[in-house]
Amino acid sequence: MTGMTSERRAIGLEAVKMRKVFGGLVALDDVSLKVPAGTFHALLGENGAGKSTLVKCIMGFYKPDGGQVLVDGRQSAIANPREAAEAGIGMVYQHFTLVPSLTGAENLVVSRPRGSQIIDWKTEHAALEEFLARMPFRAPLDKPVHMLSAGEKQKLEILKQLFLDQRFIILDEPTSVLTPDEADEVLGLLRGMTKRGDVTVLMITHKFREVQAFADDLTVLRKGGYAGSGKVSETSIDAMAKMMIGDTQIRERAARVAHKDAPVTLDIAGVCADADDGRAAVDGINLKIHAGEIVGIAGVSGNGQSALVEVLSGQRPMREGQLTIKGADFLPSRQSMAKYKVFGLPEEPLKNAAVPNMTVAENIAFRTFDQPPIAKLGWWLSAGPMRKRAQELIARYRVKTPSADAPIAALSGGNVQRAVLARELSSEVDVLIVANPCFGLDFASVEEIRAQIMDQRNRGAAVLLVSEDLDEILSLSDRVAVMSEGKIAYVEEIGKTDRATIGHHMAGHGH
Amino acid sequence: MDAGLALSTVIAAMLGGAIRVTTPFLFVALGEMLTERSGRINLGLEGTLVLGAMTAYAFSYATGSPWIGVLAAGCFGFLMGTLHATICRLPGVNDIAVGIALMLFGTGIAFFFGKPYIQPTAPRLPSISLGAWTGDPRFEQALQINPLFLIGIALAIFLAWALKNTRMGLVLRVTGDSEAAARALGHPVMLIRLLATAVGGFFAGVGGAFLSLYYPGSWNEGLSSGQGLMAVALVIFARWDPIRCLYAALLFGAAGALGPALQSIGVTQGYYFFNAAPYILTLFLMIGSAGSKRALRDAPGELSLTR
Repeated sequence: MTGMTSERRAIGLEAVKMRKVFGGLVALDDVSLKVPAGTFHALLGENGAGKSTLVKCIMGFYKPDGGQVLVDGRQSAIANPREAAEAGIGMVYQHFTLVPSLTGAENLVVSRPRGSQIIDWKTEHAALEEFLARMPFRAPLDKPVHMLSAGEKQKLEILKQLFLDQRFIILDEPTSVLTPDEADEVLGLLRGMTKRGDVTVLMITHKFREVQAFADDLTVLRKGGYAGSGKVSETSIDAMAKMMIGDTQIRERAARVAHKDAPVTLDIAGVCADADDGRAAVDGINLKIHAGEIVGIAGVSGNGQSALVEVLSGQRPMREGQLTIKGADFLPSRQSMAKYKVFGLPEEPLKNAAVPNMTVAENIAFRTFDQPPIAKLGWWLSAGPMRKRAQELIARYRVKTPSADAPIAALSGGNVQRAVLARELSSEVDVLIVANPCFGLDFASVEEIRAQIMDQRNRGAAVLLVSEDLDEILSLSDRVAVMSEGKIAYVEEIGKTDRATIGHHMAGHGH
Repeated sequence: MDAGLALSTVIAAMLGGAIRVTTPFLFVALGEMLTERSGRINLGLEGTLVLGAMTAYAFSYATGSPWIGVLAAGCFGFLMGTLHATICRLPGVNDIAVGIALMLFGTGIAFFFGKPYIQPTAPRLPSISLGAWTGDPRFEQALQINPLFLIGIALAIFLAWALKNTRMGLVLRVTGDSEAAARALGHPVMLIRLLATAVGGFFAGVGGAFLSLYYPGSWNEGLSSGQGLMAVALVIFARWDPIRCLYAALLFGAAGALGPALQSIGVTQGYYFFNAAPYILTLFLMIGSAGSKRALRDAPGELSLTR
């Protein structure tokens, strides 16, 4: 069995009144979804709206507490992912499930549920070639997967589902790791396949642009419930946004204040750093950031952006290069960060900017615990002033926490980010280093955090914003730089560039 | 003594010594490699090795057949591996800690049950003469080869082939590299690790049988000199590849044969220093390969060593 014996066609799927309760929390409240065969369906919703829960119930990862799934109109009991696969339903996860040390061919062959014990690579390779020839796109099969780019991995994931003869493919945020060009290519090819009736696609996303360009229909979830659905051609972006966020109040962002002839605050000169496996991650970065300016670094993840942020925040040694702040040498240590007023919002704040099991008050005091009024004589800490300051900041930054003494790990993602924000932004800031600040947060938190970053810029801070979300960069930055393979591939004022140009440089086709 | 003659004597002695000393290293290393490719470390193989040596000697003495001894040693190794994997299944258990406990347990029960077998002489494994063509008695003696050495080489080649060309080999690699992926494919991760650890234990037991039934060829409490632990270093040095395990085992074997080889031509100065050669080699290899980021790149992703 090589996945090509039967010519299966696209299958339709319907979920009726799906319900899932975790403890006391209703994660999915009688949600219905109808995806006819051969269509491209977008499933929209904020984080925590219940998209993943719905899909996991369909795939048999969760046992739903109510409702049923109809495959091609027939009721099907799918108890686990394997049964879903047998019914022809496959899923491409946001985090790849390919095995990094195996080659593409090995990954495909091992994913087959049945097969002979001894693998005859000659016939397998011939069969795989024949399979690829019928597919609209290819991926390298002879290289270990860890050597492939994110786009190639994503294509291989989709090829794997087709190789396994899955005719209903669920994609979970498939384009978050792709450049805009790659995203358009992959989605366009899948769109073609749905048009020909080869597959049906259900795509989880939050990118309106992709919904408009590729999907036929859409369903929107909000807070675990059904919020609306319709044909894409009849739904405006405004209507989609309204369905997604409901009547939540969104904070207005302050206008961009113009700064003229601002001096250079942060100067990154010839910085090189190595990744954990010894390869160069950051390879000669030169960048000057002026006071009152946001420089956005765009790029596909894994092109050295995280390593650069780690160098700037002292988490990774710098092999070569020099950092200067307002003309003075800067080595990222706690003392000099305090001296030069360098603050940061790293990605995954619970991991990179907080100690999960310490209390919110302690986490908020990391910058100030050894100074009066919290510390006396430089070593005697008093909990009273620490808690008092934390309570002020919790109120000012609207951190939702049971108390200042709760462990920070108990807070939701948005509130951890707000607590870190409170710590980092509550005093005067000259340099702010921000990485993917809004990843995984809901609309209201996203706008809150972006507004805070804009405030700091307007007050004269030099901001370095690293983000995988191109829309975030386009909406916040004064200048855009693109990182590709550890180098800055492109720098331009925001007014003189556009999404397509940035996208080409992200893919390394800028020259 | 003529310098040329002395040199060829040393080379002959080192060759012979390398072939003899290599075999237990090779079996333990292949066992450890197999276990680690499934995503677990079994440090208990030192205990398995000693227990294997004792069982092999006891069964050979009791039945009169050294091959039954080898098989028994393998079976006890299999049981030790099963025990390790079973304990590691329990929630919150660390495989390295369990390995250390089993190392002490294995040597402990081997000493306890092995007391009566220190005195008697058990039948040894035969050897095959492959050196007649050289016409040089020193090389003839060096090329007295134990069948287990040849089996070990064949095993290394077989494992290298099987990891690439069989379904089980691929599934083993998937399990060792990404537990999530293995689960998503519907493979029983714990069962695969249990089998890999048990078969790895079997190999280590056979390696122990070689110690007591061929070289040095008797059972006593000082029989193993840490081969089981050095094999862990050896597997890292060999970057989890069976063929490179073979080369690395030969290198360790040659280092181990250095002391006795120099003694055979009368160099007695620094005897203990040369005997320590394998340990010094281990130390340097560990420093070298721990710093090497390339080794980490080849390491199975689920290994607690690398996570």
